[in-house]
Amino acid sequence: MANKIRVATTSLAGCFGCHMSFLDIDERMLQLVEVVEFDRSPITDIEHCTNCDIGLIEGGVCNSENVHVLREFRNNCKILVAVGACAINGGLPAMRNHIPLEECLNEAYLDGIGVENPQIPSDIELPLLLDQVRPIHEVVKIDYFLPGCPPSADVFWKFLTDLIEGREPSLPYELVHYD
Amino acid sequence: MSKTITIDGKTIPFEEGQTIMDAAMAAGVYIPHLCHQPEFTPHGSCKLCTVKVNGRNCSACTFPAADGQDVLNQAEELIEDRKKITQMLFVEGNHFCPSCEKTGNCQLQAVAYHLNMLDNHFPLFYPDRKVDASHAEVMIDHNRCIFCTLCVRASQQKDGKDVFAISGRGIHKHLIVNAQSGLLKDTDVDASDKACAVCPTGAILVKRTGYQVPIGERIYDHKQIDQVSLSTEHPKHGE
Amino acid sequence: MRQFIQGIAENNHYQATHLLQILRQIQSRYHYIPEAAIEQLSAALSIPRTQIISVIEFYSFFHLAPRGQYELLISDSITDHMLGKKSLIDYLANKLGVVVGAVREDGVVSLDNTSCTGMCDQGPAGLVNGYALTRLDRPGIDKIVALINQQKPLDEWPGELFQVDDNIYKSGLLLNRQIEHGVALKSALKRGIKETLKEIDNSGLRGRGGAGFKTATKWQFCSEEQQTERYVVCNADEGEPGTFKDRVLLNSYADQVFEGMTVCAAIIGAKQGFLYLRGEYLHLHDKLQSILEQRRQNGLLGSNILGEGLDFDIEICLGAGAYICGEESALIESMEGKAGIPRNRPPYPVTQGYLGKPTVVNNVETFLAAAGIAVNGGDWFANIGTEKSKGTKILSISGDCAHPGIYEYPFGTTVQTVLNDCGADDVLGVQVGGPSGTFISNQEFDRKLAFEDLATGGSFIVFNASRNILDMVHNFTHFFAHESCGFCTPCRVGTSLLQKQLDKIIEGHGSAGDVVALEELCQLVKNYSHCGLGQTAANPILTTLERYPDLYQSRLKEISYEPGFDLDGALETARRMANRYDAGAHLAQLEVNEHE
Repeated sequence: MANKIRVATTSLAGCFGCHMSFLDIDERMLQLVEVVEFDRSPITDIEHCTNCDIGLIEGGVCNSENVHVLREFRNNCKILVAVGACAINGGLPAMRNHIPLEECLNEAYLDGIGVENPQIPSDIELPLLLDQVRPIHEVVKIDYFLPGCPPSADVFWKFLTDLIEGREPSLPYELVHYD
Repeated sequence: MSKTITIDGKTIPFEEGQTIMDAAMAAGVYIPHLCHQPEFTPHGSCKLCTVKVNGRNCSACTFPAADGQDVLNQAEELIEDRKKITQMLFVEGNHFCPSCEKTGNCQLQAVAYHLNMLDNHFPLFYPDRKVDASHAEVMIDHNRCIFCTLCVRASQQKDGKDVFAISGRGIHKHLIVNAQSGLLKDTDVDASDKACAVCPTGAILVKRTGYQVPIGERIYDHKQIDQVSLSTEHPKHGE
Repeated sequence: MRQFIQGIAENNHYQATHLLQILRQIQSRYHYIPEAAIEQLSAALSIPRTQIISVIEFYSFFHLAPRGQYELLISDSITDHMLGKKSLIDYLANKLGVVVGAVREDGVVSLDNTSCTGMCDQGPAGLVNGYALTRLDRPGIDKIVALINQQKPLDEWPGELFQVDDNIYKSGLLLNRQIEHGVALKSALKRGIKETLKEIDNSGLRGRGGAGFKTATKWQFCSEEQQTERYVVCNADEGEPGTFKDRVLLNSYADQVFEGMTVCAAIIGAKQGFLYLRGEYLHLHDKLQSILEQRRQNGLLGSNILGEGLDFDIEICLGAGAYICGEESALIESMEGKAGIPRNRPPYPVTQGYLGKPTVVNNVETFLAAAGIAVNGGDWFANIGTEKSKGTKILSISGDCAHPGIYEYPFGTTVQTVLNDCGADDVLGVQVGGPSGTFISNQEFDRKLAFEDLATGGSFIVFNASRNILDMVHNFTHFFAHESCGFCTPCRVGTSLLQKQLDKIIEGHGSAGDVVALEELCQLVKNYSHCGLGQTAANPILTTLERYPDLYQSRLKEISYEPGFDLDGALETARRMANRYDAGAHLAQLEVNEHE
């Protein structure tokens, strides 16, 4: 079928829990792929996204690579969606925001108990950490937010079917959760 | 003839001395609120209960009802702005619901659900706040305090103590406790104090009780706060 | 220390209402409030230690950690900035070897910023251990640094450092002549109390603090309350940046102000009055005390005043650095020894004010005018001004003009007339009424000073064409965030958000939607805040956005979104620790769109 809706997904500073929850739509996935094709996503192994309709972002922004990926999504997706607590407010990774980055790195790579051969990793292949973890809406413009840790499969289903069927997406009370 | 006000066009009786909130709740009309509990002196600080009284914004929990007032509660503009005020409360603190044992029983969260708040809208402050776990049975997680003063009032007005106070100015406001060490363990607080039960968020928690009810079966998992608030704060509206 | 604190507590009759006055003395002696003092006061005043701590942490002039033996504060008003404050404080910090905001290692001196000290006509200004410093310049600073390093006691410092001038350039009805001591009171008593209230009513006098409530009505309401214990409070917490006329009135017309208060007391039936003097005017304190003492000796205060059976006395309460205390109910809270948090209204102070008793709170200038009306009658006042704004208004003029100082004008005077008189040319605009007031552009100088057009508490700051309006807006917006009491959500969080959002735009990180977002936030703070501070905190942005939308738009990027923080800067720590200097170790602030 031509003109399928193109969806890309990624996880930044997240745990892939939102992706797992997405897969929990179970057999409804078969209905979904009738009208949707997946572009860049852990599901497809496509490395870069191009000309997508919807981008689903899990996780907050904790390093420079997250920024590049997020920008690629923004540039290539008509609608960009923050999925889950970490994308919306930094979530669990943002709990390091109270500890200066220098202390975090020292603890992890230099002074921590059990550290052998202490050194700060330095390789141009490695992304650098931002001093604070940020929600994605502080780095690029976001069109929709799906709260939850993770958002339930029904949230993904409700949101995507709304969009696909041309309705303004909305979540009823039972589907709005932050936990 | 008893005196009346109208709220969103509905005629509601009131008695002399009642606030708009008192009259509304008695008549089964919910006005969102966080710093208010009918048992304690109204405070008027969270501003979620802002209603339009004859065209002017007033805090329903402190503003006296007067005959003939035309009150707007469910106006779209008010609902939108209440959502923004709730978002302000979220961004000024550190509210990570997934890791908070109050989730599902939290009034801040429930008001946000009720207002269909899906994001934070504003930039997050990520303030550096501490946790006081010094006491054997009660803990304070300052990350979640919204300065409603319910614990302050409950301690003074119900427990006959003075365990809590709000100190500081502006965005530097913070909760303090009555002990030279500044730690809860050195106060005369008791886990059975009313002050330990009134916190609308997860800032004051009684230890070892958090997971007695599993997530998914908690107060606001299935019921909205309007219904819960009317039935618990004004039991005559209970089912 | 125990004895010292015991002594202060005793002198204050162990009254918790005197907490601010007690803490002022402790701060002055030890340069902080030691833990032992808190402990002792808690017992002596029978209040929980939490109340003492919350007061200490609320007021800018109290500290839980030691400040220097010389506590230097430099005024951060926009007028000080226009006079070169930034480079002066840097120079001072450098000379002293202290970081702004910190205490020098030897503990001798600390340096910090403070909100406007009310010396805008003779800045850049500051405070040392609470005493006003004026006309700071580099030679003056060199002197101060030397005095501090020699640890010379303040009373051995040269007087010129502390010289405060009145700078009255234009006098009218009120400033033209001094009323002889006791004459206002005698006239009022002779005419009769009710008749005097009628004269004040006829005069059309409205409160001079800015809000403009009719004075006679306020006094009438208070006098009709059932509670017979009533109070008169003179609000001299002149904190609005750019205002300093109350300082001049209390320096040179204090007797008349006190007499106005005494007339008020006679009318409403009060036995006790208070002058709430802002902490920044500490230099006036002793002088005012001796004037009060003189009045007692002359039978104009105390018991059986003028032998007419009238009992009334006045006590001075000093503030401790909190703009919000200019709000009348916050001022009353402060007088009761608490943090200055505005009360819920109703009830209003006329029914439940100080200690829950009926209280009249009026501005210094209002009492001065009332004394004049008591002598000369209502028509004397009402014949001047406009239909809705009777009498004259005393302005504090500062900023870009040849003669900054005090000017008295009939209400209805145009802004242009004022600008001509004070010697201001090439004017870009004027901030009328201070940060909480309105910025008017040079297209509006035919507007009139009056409640029905430009209402003002008296602040009038002139900006010439060399000034950047956004610098002013930035200064005012930060001021409100600093002074927000934090009681209500929209102001506590909103003023900080306003500051962030404005800075984002000014620093060039704003994108298309950011001005709209700023304006939305302004409306939220304005419409939902608990008191006048929050309700006016967005005025600097709103009034300039309305007049100079292009100024804001020009700072925005031609893109749909940009982060509000420095992305590349956020990598700095990691870069340094990983020793990375390659291109991949950096981030561009703006997304580079390869498709364009």
